[in-house]
Order: sequence, then structure tokens, then C-alpha cells
Amino acid sequence: MASEQPSGEPRTGGAAQRRSGIRFESVTVAYGGTVALAEFSLDVEPGEVMALLGPSGSGKTTALRAVAGFVTPTSGRILLGDTDVTHTPPYKRGIGMVVQQYALFPHMRVEQNVAFGLRASKAPAAQIAPRVEECLKLVGMAGYARRYPQELSGGQQQRVAIARALAIQPRVLLLDEPLSALDAQLRSGMLNEIARLHRELPDVTILYVTHDQIEALTLADRIAVMNESRLVDVGSAQALYRQPPSRFTASFVGNANLLPVVVERCDEDRHEARVRLGDRVLAVAAFGAARPGDSRMLCIRPHALALDRVNGSENVIEGTVTEVQWRGSAHRLYVDVGGAEVCADSRPLREPPTRGHRVALHFAAHDATLLAATPGAAGSTWPADSDPGVA
Amino acid sequence: MATLPIALESSGRASPRPVPGWVLGIVPLLVLATIFYYPLFFIVRQSIMGDAGPASLAAYKAMVSSALFHAALVRTIEIAVLSTLGCLLLGFVLALIVSFVPFPGARIVSGFIDTILAFPSFLIALSFTFLYGSAGAFNFVLMDLMSTNEPPIDFVYGMWGVVLAEVTFYTPFVMRPLLAAFSQLDTALIEVASSLGARPMRIVREVILPEAVPALLAGGSLCLLLTLNEFGIVLFIGAKGVITLPMVIYGKAIQEFDYTAGCVAAVINIALSVGLYSLYRFALARGGGGRAVAV
Repeated sequence: MASEQPSGEPRTGGAAQRRSGIRFESVTVAYGGTVALAEFSLDVEPGEVMALLGPSGSGKTTALRAVAGFVTPTSGRILLGDTDVTHTPPYKRGIGMVVQQYALFPHMRVEQNVAFGLRASKAPAAQIAPRVEECLKLVGMAGYARRYPQELSGGQQQRVAIARALAIQPRVLLLDEPLSALDAQLRSGMLNEIARLHRELPDVTILYVTHDQIEALTLADRIAVMNESRLVDVGSAQALYRQPPSRFTASFVGNANLLPVVVERCDEDRHEARVRLGDRVLAVAAFGAARPGDSRMLCIRPHALALDRVNGSENVIEGTVTEVQWRGSAHRLYVDVGGAEVCADSRPLREPPTRGHRVALHFAAHDATLLAATPGAAGSTWPADSDPGVA
Repeated sequence: MATLPIALESSGRASPRPVPGWVLGIVPLLVLATIFYYPLFFIVRQSIMGDAGPASLAAYKAMVSSALFHAALVRTIEIAVLSTLGCLLLGFVLALIVSFVPFPGARIVSGFIDTILAFPSFLIALSFTFLYGSAGAFNFVLMDLMSTNEPPIDFVYGMWGVVLAEVTFYTPFVMRPLLAAFSQLDTALIEVASSLGARPMRIVREVILPEAVPALLAGGSLCLLLTLNEFGIVLFIGAKGVITLPMVIYGKAIQEFDYTAGCVAAVINIALSVGLYSLYRFALARGGGGRAVAV
């Protein structure tokens, strides 16, 4: 892709050219008796990349469609900047949108697709061609202007879709699972391209809907985790990953081992708590509002567990290896710790332990977090096919 | 290889010989010839040979030079074109509403359209005379309201009555392929267009209409063919002075017992239909017929 950046001069009569955030104020969307989005409140800062992350049916796409104007909230308000757009028709919102299946107009050439929004907003004819060229250069598709969408690969079509959305210089860019239709290799490449685009266009506020934690962690300044039509947690990618506020977030943003523990002692001054797991006492740095005697879930990321003791890893748990998987860049061990299965991702081992071996797993206090206990919550949560060492 | 028949014979399990392709091909040809080409051949022969022969194009000359034929040809094409345009316009608008404007009962409306396709065309003509005829329901109410003895609505028994009846009857023939095409249209196209600032009319014009062209071609061509040959509606409405080619055929062959002239008019009508059909196939092939939805 070319790294040329479109100039900031307004060219279209459509979108306002000022930085603009998004505000959801207690937005509820219901279809008949079915609530698709419940009391959703969220502020997306101007120029921020906010990922809406959640499983299917969590309401993330409904939230995005509400911003675009394709669903009308049953209650609540949506603001773009200071403007209440709750009941503004989609064509007046000045929003760029990229969807999973590209949605390029099949009967139009690439250049006509990119020019569509400019023509719709009645931009002066003399400005359309240069702007189209500029946007196609931005996404590295300048040489494909005369092609039809069906003559392009999936990745190329998605680039054109992004150029088309950017051509109108939108206040807000909505990306609805834009990489889901691409294969793994293309997806990785496009992820880097979107990250680069945002670096080059820092004023564009991006709302990025995905169910892929890697996409969210890679791109987003902040992540809003959603489940069952509600906002579960919101925070920076690192904060949600390192100190997940809830069990759902712990398991959805990255992989997590969740072990039931009882709080023995909390030292506010040292920011450290002592918890009991079976016959072992462990140190935990992030303990929230836990008090001695409370039952909690201890959250440790698989990659934070090491077979060797390293500096700062004062905690150790022991267990029996139940399975060993070699995954190229890492070994994944499944270890039975007092009846709970723990997953540990290790660097590739010359002589990995075999099933039945007793192993000690070390981890540092600052790599562990205490979460609210949930009835029947013992055990671990991680997708079986997740990539070790990545999340 | 020479031993194979012996071996087969000795085993007594010779595999059945495959039926030659030409045998399979001739069966449908024979059926077609019996029920279609043979009668057609007689019509063509009658138009050229007359009742006693010899072969001559005199009947064609007489027909083509007659004022009746000229008027009928022009009127037939006029009604067919107007009806087709009406069907395309109404069908497109109705299909848009049914497909893209959410309203309760859309599925019922869609089903009702299918039902109309099953009706005989003269039923529409009959209902038109009941509704809009000089003694029809509308005129009855209007005459009462306006305190007049003259029926205010007086278009049914003319060309516009025929056109309106044909539009009413044949619009579903345009709607059906359009509804099928619209159901295949990715709604994301419409949503993205809208987010890019396109108002509904622009979306219809630049996004939906191009996608509907094959279906419009298919439905419109079918309409044109059917309205060109429409007989029941014209006959039942009994419009004064509205003589179409099928009416000429009927008049010559059945009312005047002039079979030769009737057959000449029929052959010309067939040539017109086949020519239009060829144009339709050509247009489909050139205009993205691969996406056309057959009725």
C-alpha cells in the first residue's frame, strides 16, 4: 500500500470535517419483545479506535447499526460530537461504513464505487476524480480503478470498500467485522493496513465490531466487551487483558485460567492480597474490593505460567500433566491442579513433560487477578484452538 | 477382442446396449411436431395455398395492403407497448414496496400476486366492466353523487380500458421476477449507499435499478409477448374500434369464415411474436441475462 495521506482540505459537501466522538446514552433497541441492545452507554472519544467485542448475539452489531441509523433505538440517545442523531436518517449522518462482505456495487467500476459517496453528497465534479485517486492510493489500489469488483480478490475488495468509506471524509468510520470474510493470511495483512490507516488518519473515530479478540487487541485503543445485549466492561486493551474486571472479560479477551480461591489477607499498602488455593497460599497484586474470607476466582493467563522459576514469580502451583500439545511457536500444557484444569503456554521445550508428570507452574503476583466468584465457576476458560502466546 | 461376444454369450449376462442419442432426441421432436409444428404447418400452408391452391402470396398482399390490417397492427403494438410500460412501472414500484418497505402482510401480498398469475385474463376484463363499466359500481355511485344520468367514467370501452386491464393482469408477470431478484439483493448495498449519503431515490436509481435490469428485461419481454397476443381481455371488454391482430384472426376465421385471411394474419402475428422473442433473447444475452430470473 502507498503511504500517501489525503490532505485535510474538505472536498465534499457531505460530512462535517471536525473531529467527532460517539456517545451512546442508555440506548435500548428492541424488536417486539426481543431486546437486542439493553441500556447501552458508552463514550467513544474523537479519533479513538473503539472495538466492540463480544460473541454472536451480544448486541455489538446492533450498537453499530444504531450509530449508522439502520436501527432506531427504542429508548436512549446517540450523539455524534454534540449532535443528537438518534432520529437522523443514515444519509445525513456523514458516516463511513465497511461491512463484512464488502458490499461493493457490482455494476460499478472501482473508481465509480469510490466516487459514489462524493456524487451522492453533490461534491463538485472537479474534486471527485482527484479525491478518488487519492483514496485509492491510500489503500494501494490506484492501479485497479477501471476494474469491476468481481475482478478483484477479497482483500482487494475490502481495500476498495475502505477507500469508498474514507472518500467522503467521514466523521466516524464504522467497521462491521471487516476481516471476517478473509482467510487468515489476508486477515493478518489487512489488520496491519487498518492500523496503518488509522495512524495516517488520526482524526477519524473508528467503531470496530468484531468477535475476534486478536483484532480488538491489535487495533483498539479501548475495548468494549459485550455479552447478552449488554456492555460488560470497557477499558484499554492492556487493562482488560492484564487485569480483567469480570470473569466474562477474562475469558473473552484472551485466554484465562480461573481457579477458585479464598482470600486470607489484604494488604492495601503493598497492593497485595494473599489467597488460599488448596494447601497453597498465593500472592495476588490486583484484588479489587476483596476482603479476607471472600471467595474469589483467581485469573492467570496461560502465558504467565512458567515451568521455570523466574524473577518475580513468587507463586507456584503443582499439578499433573494431562495433555501436551506442540503448536510450533509454543508448547501448551494442560495440568490438573487439585481437580481444576490449568492451561500453560510455554516457549518450545527441548524435552517437554509427558502425561502423568508432576510439574510446578510459577507465576508472579502482578500476573494474577482476583475476580468475583460465580457459583460453579471452578476451572479454566480458553478456546481450544486459540493461538498460544498471542492472546 | 473377438472373443468378447463369445464370452458374453457363454456367460449369458450381456449388458444392455445403450440407446443411441438420436433416438432420445427424436421423441420430444415427434411430440412437438404432432402438437405444435403440424398445426402450424397447416396454418402456413392455408395462408399460401388458400382453399384450392396454387401457391400464391396474393392473400398476404391483400392483407398487408388492407386498412383493417394496418390499423390492427398499429393498435396491437400500441396497446402492447403501453401495457408493458405500465406493467414495468407499476411492477417495479410494487416490488420495491413489497421487498424493501417493511409492512405487516407483505408475505400475504406476495402470495396474492402469485394467485393473480393463475387467473384467466378475461376475469380481469369482466371485473372491469362490473366496476368501471357504464352500469358498473363506480359509475352507479358517482352518478348518484353527481345527480347525473350520464356515467362519469367512460374509458373502459376504449383503448385505455384495454391497456388498464392488461396492466392490471400482467403486472404480476413483471413483479414475480423482480421480487426474486430483490430477494437476492444484498441489503448491505443499500445500507452502505445510504451511509455514503445517498437518498432513497438515488439508491433506487443507482443501486437497485441496475441490479433489477435482467429481471425487468425478462418480465417486460414476457409482458410484451403476452400483451401482443392478448385476446380474452380485448374480446370481453368489447371496446369499440379497438381491433388487434388476434381480433382480426378471430374475425376473419370464425366470423367471416375466411380461413385463408385468418391464417395470413395468424402467420404475421406469429412472425411478430417470434421476432420479439428473438430480440428478448438477444437483449438478455447482451444485458446480463445470466442474472435474469425466468418466470
